[in-house]
Amino acid sequence: MPPDTLPRFLVRQGGKDKNNNEFLLPRAAEQECEMNPAKALLAAASLTLGNLALAAQTVTIATVNNSDMIRMQRLSKTFEQQHPDIALNWVVLEENVLRQRLTTDIATQGGQFDVLTIGMYEASLWGSKGWLEPMKNLPADYDLDDVFPSVREGLSANGTLYALPFYAESSLTYYRTDLFEQAGLKMPEQPTWKQVAGFAAKLHKPAEEQYGICLRGKAGWGENMALITTLANAYGARWFDEKWQPEFTGPEWSQALNFYVDTMKQYGPPGASSNGFNENLALFNSGKCAMWVDASVAGSFVTDASQSKVADKVGFAFAPQQVTDKGAAWMYSWALAIPTSSKAQDAAKTFITWATSKDYAALVAKTDGVANVPPGTRASTYSAAYMQAAPFAKLTLEALKKADPANPTLKPVPYVGIQLVTIPEFQAIGTQVGKLFSAALTGQMPVEQVLAAAQQSTAREMKRAGYPK
Amino acid sequence: MLTLKQSRRLTTWLVGLAAWSVALLLFFPIFWMLLTSFKTEIDAFATPPQFFFVPTLDNYLHIQERSGYFKYAWNSVTIAFGATGLGLLFAIPAAYSMAFFETRRTRGTLLWMLSTKMLPAVGVLVPIYLLAKSLGLLDTRLVLVLIYTLINMPIMVWMVYTYFKDIPREILEASRMDGAGTLQEIVRVLLPISKGGIASTVLLSLILCWNEAFWSLNLTSAKAAPLTALIASYSSPEGLFWAKLSAVSTLACAPILIFGWISQKQLVRGLSFGAVK
Repeated sequence: MPPDTLPRFLVRQGGKDKNNNEFLLPRAAEQECEMNPAKALLAAASLTLGNLALAAQTVTIATVNNSDMIRMQRLSKTFEQQHPDIALNWVVLEENVLRQRLTTDIATQGGQFDVLTIGMYEASLWGSKGWLEPMKNLPADYDLDDVFPSVREGLSANGTLYALPFYAESSLTYYRTDLFEQAGLKMPEQPTWKQVAGFAAKLHKPAEEQYGICLRGKAGWGENMALITTLANAYGARWFDEKWQPEFTGPEWSQALNFYVDTMKQYGPPGASSNGFNENLALFNSGKCAMWVDASVAGSFVTDASQSKVADKVGFAFAPQQVTDKGAAWMYSWALAIPTSSKAQDAAKTFITWATSKDYAALVAKTDGVANVPPGTRASTYSAAYMQAAPFAKLTLEALKKADPANPTLKPVPYVGIQLVTIPEFQAIGTQVGKLFSAALTGQMPVEQVLAAAQQSTAREMKRAGYPK
Repeated sequence: MLTLKQSRRLTTWLVGLAAWSVALLLFFPIFWMLLTSFKTEIDAFATPPQFFFVPTLDNYLHIQERSGYFKYAWNSVTIAFGATGLGLLFAIPAAYSMAFFETRRTRGTLLWMLSTKMLPAVGVLVPIYLLAKSLGLLDTRLVLVLIYTLINMPIMVWMVYTYFKDIPREILEASRMDGAGTLQEIVRVLLPISKGGIASTVLLSLILCWNEAFWSLNLTSAKAAPLTALIASYSSPEGLFWAKLSAVSTLACAPILIFGWISQKQLVRGLSFGAVK
């Protein structure tokens, strides 16, 4: 058993091995050495073996249960074969638990994890606080220039990259080609929200359990607020003006939220206020939504015949715009980062450069098919074979190229982020506003009252945090 | 007009119906979880919910392939039994002293112990995390054994205290007359008499330890994670997961359900031990 797996009370400080790694000396073995030369020899031999075992560093990876991450876990056996000196430990957690665990561990320098699976929001915030190792001196064959600039920027703070992107996503419009054909409708490649509402009106048949449009309604900064913020961006709205004053009482937000609530009440499924990504995915896959605007990652789910009843009847279009296309589609990336508290930083870096490399993409293409290569991070992913295998790839690629988190809205803003605002307070503010918007959808509060309440609560939080100039 | 006999029969029938309704209501979520575990992901999300479908074992196979179920189950067993055993070691002497050597402060102490259950766990997360980190106990089974022992201690002391209170003092006095010391008194006299009560205390503590999720999710990661952490790992932000989550929940509940089923006689007898006196 390597000494680092022994309970602390059984061991004490030993010294350093040839790689300058500290090792611990089993107390029992040490005592035996004093008593009996033969046993001492045996103990010395086992210690040598222990040191050899210690040379195999363990990397603990915290991740979420998304299909791409689970595939990475499965394929990481190849990495372990290529690197016998590195052992991988996987900790799969629910997304919110993961965030809470990572925050606690990083803030207390607990050192429980060597690789973190985080989003763009955490990468730049935690990076600027000095909690994450900068991604410098990457191997030449990693080809960082192949990674899309918008994704790199989203994972950077003050020009320093703090995480390597595993996959990135934008948002798309999914629609049922068979229903459109039957109704004699044609979805443009770049629809507007008004057009989408017009189609929804024609395709809404609640008696047949066919709903015109499915959109997120579940409250949360990463749930309904991701969708509604991009919808508001398309209407020319913004979260804050240049002086960090919230703008919910402006005409743009009013138009956007009224449109969202009216459309969902008239053409949405019942109980839409509790529908998030997964619920809408289930509705769409079971053939109950004529249209759905959501993350581009859904493209592989809705076209997968093992989980979708409409796999061969799905069309794709860009996320709807209205007065502008700026910020009309979101951008998000799941990325791998190394906390400064990690005790195996070199091994962790070796792993994350492998998991986000071209070699890994090639391995996925070989074992699971080219359509399952993690999307949205590298230009080289978008080969002719990939474009053919993944019919939504071209739109995702163009949407990601257009996305500019630094200039996300029609009017200038002081923040970075398209569907979110990259400030520490946003989780709380976003969720509070999300609850209010969800209340508007259920009809508990009228839209104008909701917007006034959102303005008031956001202004109060921002003032407390000292933002308004 | 009903005769007295008919009226009694009707009452018995109505009481039976009410009992069955409550039992079915309580059992339904478990039944639904079991049913969902044999569905495909798309069937699991179907509206209206499906009672009849083509069952599949894919979810169980997926769990077997992806997660080492037995590692998590072994952690759960070790932690639950460890915490219960350690808890009993403290709870029995504490309850003995409070039941048979009562002072003015005994009642207050008992209430104070119970009041510690009212503290929200998250309020002490950071101090406990820092303590565990300093002692090198993060991601060890020992830390959960210690935490669970402390969490369940008030309930265990209260339960054992209640059972001990029902034992006539004269029995203890008689054993003392026969020359029994304190330890013999507890081991040879008190424990055999109150074994039903102790069994139900043990069972309750095991169930509470088995089901606890907050501390296991926050203090363990790779090595010491119990079944509650395994369940949480099957929730997904982007992808359908209800069928797999139901399968893993069924696997996690199964051991304690079977254990509870086998020992239900002791549990019920223990729980109603003091009630009929």
